[in-house]
Amino acid sequence: MDILSAAWHLLIGMDADLMAIIALSLKVSGLAVLFALILGAPVGAALAIWSFPGRQVLIVIFNSLMALPPVVVGLSVYLLLSRSGPLGSWGILFTPKAMIIAQTALIFPIIVALTREAVKPVFREYRGLLISLNASPLLVLRTVLWDARFGVVTALLAGFGRAVAEVGAVLIVGGNIDGLTRVMTTTIALETSKGNLELAMALGIVLIVLALVMNALIYSISRIGLRFQEVRE
Amino acid sequence: MKFLLALLFMATAAGAQERSMVLASTTSTQNSGLLDAILPIFKADTGIQVFVVAVGTGQAMRIAQNGDADAILVHHRPSEDAFVADGYGIDRVDVMFNDFVIIGPKSDPAGISDVKTAPQAFANISSSQARFISRGDNSGTHLRELQIWQEAGLMPDYDGYLEVGSGMGVALNLASGMGAYILADRGTWLSFQNRSDLVLLFEGGVEMINPYGYVRVNPVRFPHIKSAEALELGNWLVSDAGQQAIAGFRIGGVQLFCANALTAPDLPADQQGTCAADALQR
Repeated sequence: MDILSAAWHLLIGMDADLMAIIALSLKVSGLAVLFALILGAPVGAALAIWSFPGRQVLIVIFNSLMALPPVVVGLSVYLLLSRSGPLGSWGILFTPKAMIIAQTALIFPIIVALTREAVKPVFREYRGLLISLNASPLLVLRTVLWDARFGVVTALLAGFGRAVAEVGAVLIVGGNIDGLTRVMTTTIALETSKGNLELAMALGIVLIVLALVMNALIYSISRIGLRFQEVRE
Repeated sequence: MKFLLALLFMATAAGAQERSMVLASTTSTQNSGLLDAILPIFKADTGIQVFVVAVGTGQAMRIAQNGDADAILVHHRPSEDAFVADGYGIDRVDVMFNDFVIIGPKSDPAGISDVKTAPQAFANISSSQARFISRGDNSGTHLRELQIWQEAGLMPDYDGYLEVGSGMGVALNLASGMGAYILADRGTWLSFQNRSDLVLLFEGGVEMINPYGYVRVNPVRFPHIKSAEALELGNWLVSDAGQQAIAGFRIGGVQLFCANALTAPDLPADQQGTCAADALQR
C-alpha cells in the first residue's frame, strides 16, 4: 500500500527531474523504435516476399537475434563508439545518441521478424495480382507494407516495449549520467542499489502506467484506422 | 543511412553549449550523495558541468584507458599508480578518504564486534563458516577485501563465501536478505536504506582506511580529452573551496569524507580530523 501511494505521489507530484527522466525514456525508446522501423520493416517485408539464396538462414538469424541480451548489445555498441573503437571519432559515447543506437540495434531483429510474419499472409493474397501487373519491387514492398500496417503496428509496440523496459544496454552506453542519460530503468536500478526499494518500485509502477497509456493510445489509433478503412470499403 | 544519422543528430542536438567533462568515478562517491552535493558548487564556481559515470574502480579505469572519460576519482592506490605509470593518467592527487566498515547481522554469530583488527574479524567469520558477501567485481572495495583476507593468511573459499559480482548497493541488499557479513564503505552504508537486521559490527584500524585519488587522463595519449576542464576540477577538489565542500558533506549529522589534499585548507575546527580520528582509533 505504501508503494502504491508512493507511486501515486510520484505521478501527481511530477517534479522536474522525474519529468526529464520520463521524457528521455520516451524520446530514446521512441526514436529507437522509429529508426528500427524505417530500417527493419523493408527488410522484414523483403524476407517475406522474395526468395533468394540464404533467405532461410537470414530468417533463422533474425529470429535468434530477438533473444540477444541487452547487455551484449550495449557492450557491442560501447566497443564501437568508444574512443578506442572504430567509431570513436564521433564522440557520442555516454550521450542519448549512443543509447538510441544501442536500442535500435536491440529491437531491429524484432521489427524484422514480426514484420515478416505480418506481411506473409498479405503477400500470399496479392501475389498473383502483383505479378500480373508486373509491379516494380519498390511498389510491391510499399503495397504489402501498407496493407500489413496493423500487423506492423504490433511489431512497433513489441519493439517499443522491449526498448523502454531494458536496462543493460542503456546503462553501458549511456552511463546513467544524472541529467543527461538517466532514464526510467537505470533510475530504478540505481534506487534499488541504494536500498530505496519503495521508491524503485514506485518508479516501476510509473513505467508500467506510461506503457499502458502508450499502448492504449496506439491501439485506439489503429482501431480508428481500421474502422475508417471498413467504412470506405 | 546518411539521412538516418542526420535525423539522429538533429533529434538529439544539445541546446546551449556549455563547458562539460566526463568523470568516471565509483558508486561509493555517487550513491552516498557526495558528488551530488559538491559538483553543483563546482559548477557555480567555474561553469563546468561534470557528467559522472559511476561504476566500480576497475571499470572506471577501463573506461578511462579507452579514452572515454576525462578524469577518474577512484579508491585503489596501486591501480591508480599503475594507471599513471602506464601513461594513461597524469597528476594523481590525494583528495579525501573515508573508511571501510564490516557490516553483519545483529546476532553476530562470528563474534567480531570485540576483535581488535579487521584480519582477525575476517578470520572469525571464516572459522565460524558464517555467510560473507563479496563484491567480486574488481572494485576498490573488492580489492581491499581480498587484501584483508590475505593479511589474515586465509583463502576465502569456504561454503558461506559468496561472490556476487555486483555494486555496493546490490551486494548490501543481498547481505540484508541473507543476514550475511559484508565489507562496505562507510558512505554507502550510512546512506543505505534497506538494512533489515544488519548493523555495523567492526570499524577502525589502518586496514580500513579508504583513500580516494583524482587522476586526469593523459591528453597526450588522447588528444580529444577535455584537459582544461579536467585540470580545473582537479585544482578545485584540492582547493580550500573544494576541500570544505567535501568536509562539509554530512548524512544524518555524520561527516562521510575527510578532505586530505596536500594543500590542507583551514577548515573550521568542528570539521577537522573527525573521520581521521574515527578511522585510526583502536
